[in-house]
Amino acid sequence: MEIKVCGPGCASCEKTQKIVEAAIAATSVDATLTKVTDFQEIAKLGIFSTPAVVIDGEVKSVGNIPKQSQVEGWLR
Amino acid sequence: MESIQPIKNQAEGANCCSAGPGTDKKKITARQLAAGLLGLAAWYIIYKELLPFSYFFSYGLLGLEKGSHLGEAIQFFVYDTPKVMMLLTLIVFVIGMLRSFFTQERTRKYLAGKRETAGNVIAAMLGIVTPFCSCSAVPLFLGFVQAGVPLGVTFSFLIAAPMVNEVAVILLYGLLGWKVAAIYLGTGLLIAIISGWIIGRFKLEHWIEDWVQELRSAEVEIIEEKLTWTDRIDRGYEAVRDIVGKVWIYVIAGIGVGAAIHGYVPETFMASVMGKDAWWSVPVAVVVGIPMYSNAAGIVPVVEALLGKGAALGTVLAFMMSVIALSLPEMVILRKVLKPKLIAVFIGVVGSGILFTGFLFNLII
Repeated sequence: MEIKVCGPGCASCEKTQKIVEAAIAATSVDATLTKVTDFQEIAKLGIFSTPAVVIDGEVKSVGNIPKQSQVEGWLR
Repeated sequence: MESIQPIKNQAEGANCCSAGPGTDKKKITARQLAAGLLGLAAWYIIYKELLPFSYFFSYGLLGLEKGSHLGEAIQFFVYDTPKVMMLLTLIVFVIGMLRSFFTQERTRKYLAGKRETAGNVIAAMLGIVTPFCSCSAVPLFLGFVQAGVPLGVTFSFLIAAPMVNEVAVILLYGLLGWKVAAIYLGTGLLIAIISGWIIGRFKLEHWIEDWVQELRSAEVEIIEEKLTWTDRIDRGYEAVRDIVGKVWIYVIAGIGVGAAIHGYVPETFMASVMGKDAWWSVPVAVVVGIPMYSNAAGIVPVVEALLGKGAALGTVLAFMMSVIALSLPEMVILRKVLKPKLIAVFIGVVGSGILFTGFLFNLII
């Protein structure tokens, strides 16, 4: 599973990343997590408000910090 | 269920990005409503008693002399700190709830269909209530361009969002009265509307970085949240925990400095440097304000103290707007999507607007 957390590096984005990391650990799925900080790349994904979470090319959340339970749901 | 994570955002206290969506389909119960009303009543009663309490505390309990330096400073601090914190908590809660109606996606969609002029006005007003921080300025800008929002209208939004800051308005109201707060709100909006309109007239679209232009045809992912009233109330609590939790230290430090100035600095000290007669103080205030990056919460108590010591309102307003609206870090971020010329125009136009405001109020008040 390929997970991307998009955000320029503000506090909300860091928080989102931590939540996703925790969700990966909790569900123990096999996933690679990458952080996308470049605006150009983020925009190419069709994302215009951050933080955003993309799983296997599918945009799961935009412009808010997801709850860990939600992220776990996406992973399962 | 996981507890909701408090959102972190930039020091200016604006709400960066909204928090996680809730899916519960609960309605507000009568009990919740009653608790809310009861809380509001308690808030009001305590708020009313703050001034008498500060006098009792400083002159009765501590036995300080009325009119003494220390007494004045302590009374100022003991009155203003809880007053500002209480106002801040209440308003931030309400705005946190309101903001759940104005997502960036909705704002963008709405503005895309607007023509200039009317668009500038609406964009500036939406700038106040739409969640925003300087770190989200760029994605937001990209989204506006992508959606086909005119450049001038986008700028009206980008200027109003940080400049007309709800924390600043509350503090000005609490410390200096509704007139100053209204002047700040009104001129801030006007500057955003007019600056955006002028930038729109210039037709500077070619000064946006090229890769941004290509986005116009890109597809946008939009995930709409479905929120219940319970969710919106939660947003209010989160906003309080987040914003008040972050700015309280600046508020106390600011009021502390204010209290020291209030008690110890002679009444006319500032009049010579920042008074009406020193015309050059307005441009100096603007220039000094640009590299400074303080949040509204920290700067307003200082502003109050400066005003109390003979500084002119126009000069002080110009300084405050410059600190909040023209920040160097934001310019650095915007540089990624705007060519330097456009950033220069942005600073020039907004700076002129602030200068004008400064001179105007020094003249008429």
